[in-house]
Amino acid sequence: MNRKRISTVPYVIWMALFVVIPLLLIVVYAFTTKDGGFSLENFSELGSYTAVFIRSIVLALTATVICLVIGYPVSYILARESASFQRISNMLIMLPMWINFLLRTYAWMSILENTGMINRFLGKIGVLALLGVDHIQLINTNGAVILGMVYNYLPFMILPIFSVIQRLDRSLIEAAQDLGATGFQVFTKVIFPLSLPGVLSGITMVFVPSISTFAISKLLGGGTSLLLGDLIEMQFLGGAKNPYLGSAISLIMMIMVMVCMLIMNRFGEGEEEAVML
Amino acid sequence: MKKRNSFGARLFTALVFLFLYAPIILLIIFSFNNSKSRSVWSGFTLDWYVKLFHNTGIRQALWTTLLVSFIAALVATIAGTFTAIGLFQLKRKPRDAILAVNNIPVINADIITGVSLSLLFVSVGSLFARLFGLEFRLGFLSLLIAHITFNIPYVILSVLPKLRQLDKNLFEAAQDLGATWIQAFVKVIIPEIRPGIVNGFIMAFTLSIDDFVISYFTAGSYVQTLSMQIYAMTKKRISPEINALSTILFLTVLLLLIIINVRQVRQEKDAQKRLATLYNNKNAR
Repeated sequence: MNRKRISTVPYVIWMALFVVIPLLLIVVYAFTTKDGGFSLENFSELGSYTAVFIRSIVLALTATVICLVIGYPVSYILARESASFQRISNMLIMLPMWINFLLRTYAWMSILENTGMINRFLGKIGVLALLGVDHIQLINTNGAVILGMVYNYLPFMILPIFSVIQRLDRSLIEAAQDLGATGFQVFTKVIFPLSLPGVLSGITMVFVPSISTFAISKLLGGGTSLLLGDLIEMQFLGGAKNPYLGSAISLIMMIMVMVCMLIMNRFGEGEEEAVML
Repeated sequence: MKKRNSFGARLFTALVFLFLYAPIILLIIFSFNNSKSRSVWSGFTLDWYVKLFHNTGIRQALWTTLLVSFIAALVATIAGTFTAIGLFQLKRKPRDAILAVNNIPVINADIITGVSLSLLFVSVGSLFARLFGLEFRLGFLSLLIAHITFNIPYVILSVLPKLRQLDKNLFEAAQDLGATWIQAFVKVIIPEIRPGIVNGFIMAFTLSIDDFVISYFTAGSYVQTLSMQIYAMTKKRISPEINALSTILFLTVLLLLIIINVRQVRQEKDAQKRLATLYNNKNAR
């Protein structure tokens, strides 16, 4: 038995080196100035980026809500189909992830551009002439960024909810019906509460990448209106190189992610599998 | 739940699928387009596929991506499986503590994982340079370490549930019947948890291939994965050769999935048939 326990030691060392220490480095950098002293300067500098923080949170929250509003019904509807149909749809939901997300987002650019498909189509059927404009501004707007987030992360909302509803104990639903619950009551009192772990993990899995994205906002937002992810990227690899400020922003983002994690952990075991699928 | 869905519900689902697939369909169609435009169709061609085979830049990036993904997934699968077995033996408290750390790369934002690792590599690099005069710069090694690091947790999370389902007496039974520790492990434990291991490997490989953000921060400027190259291109204009490559990748995966599914369905049917014959024989007797 002991021999098997020892097999966790290399892993613990590896995780300490490449997960824990790097995160601690972020904390250290966040409280350091360019010349190496301790200070809170980086955080006071954050004040000038309040607009970016608010924008990121609002866009990410909007995308998460839209994903939930679309994703929950889809999962619910799919779970009521036959087993073979469910298998196929599970596959169909995962399949797009096999095309690089940058390319899929880029494809949206060609749909939304000023000379893109939607505008061309509207031009052809005469809507643009009717409105007296030569194009409708679709790309480089907040709406386009939200669309990109919803498009890329919707599967992350559908899959955990779908797998939880799929595995619901059918007899519970029948019991509720036998006891006289209406269809609506069965949903609000039995199905929805039981699918909550899936919903929570879906929310986390959409919100976290949405709040931290930088590629989507660059492609569909035109890079003019920054998100938190863009800000971090700029400090580490972009023109405004300042890893200390970048670390401070990362630290704040980490705290937001940790809050998400705590909420998720409160809902215990079953969660793990929902995340995993 | 037995009630079937209404037409409206199905239409809604179909529209969501259309939303998910519209850009992909466009991407595939325009990989055959006779001009560089990505919204105007000007005739069918296979030029981009031919050009793709002669493009050394893309080939190099594809090779790097496949190599990193394969090595990282393999190392992570082996390490993750052993760790999961070890974790399973631990008492609840240390196990929960380790699993909490294990969850960090899974739940954390990619950009933070990437940035924190790049800070580590850069600090270690400058430390090495000062102490030993050695130069360590971001490249294939740092990229590989990063990929292994974010892959292992998924393998562990995929193997652990299988271990929980495992009958605890199996291992001891094997040993009672004279198997050595290693024999019992290889012949009893591993086959039992194999689905979890395979699933973990596939997941790790997929994540690695698809990863952009973490690679972007840890690969440095000398090594490029496919997604990094695509990102660099989006700043100017994406060459349709990349569309051609994605089409090939997509169709390969689609084909694999179909084969796996058909095999699964066939196996299930066979199993059912066998059960039915068994049952009939029993009744006949």
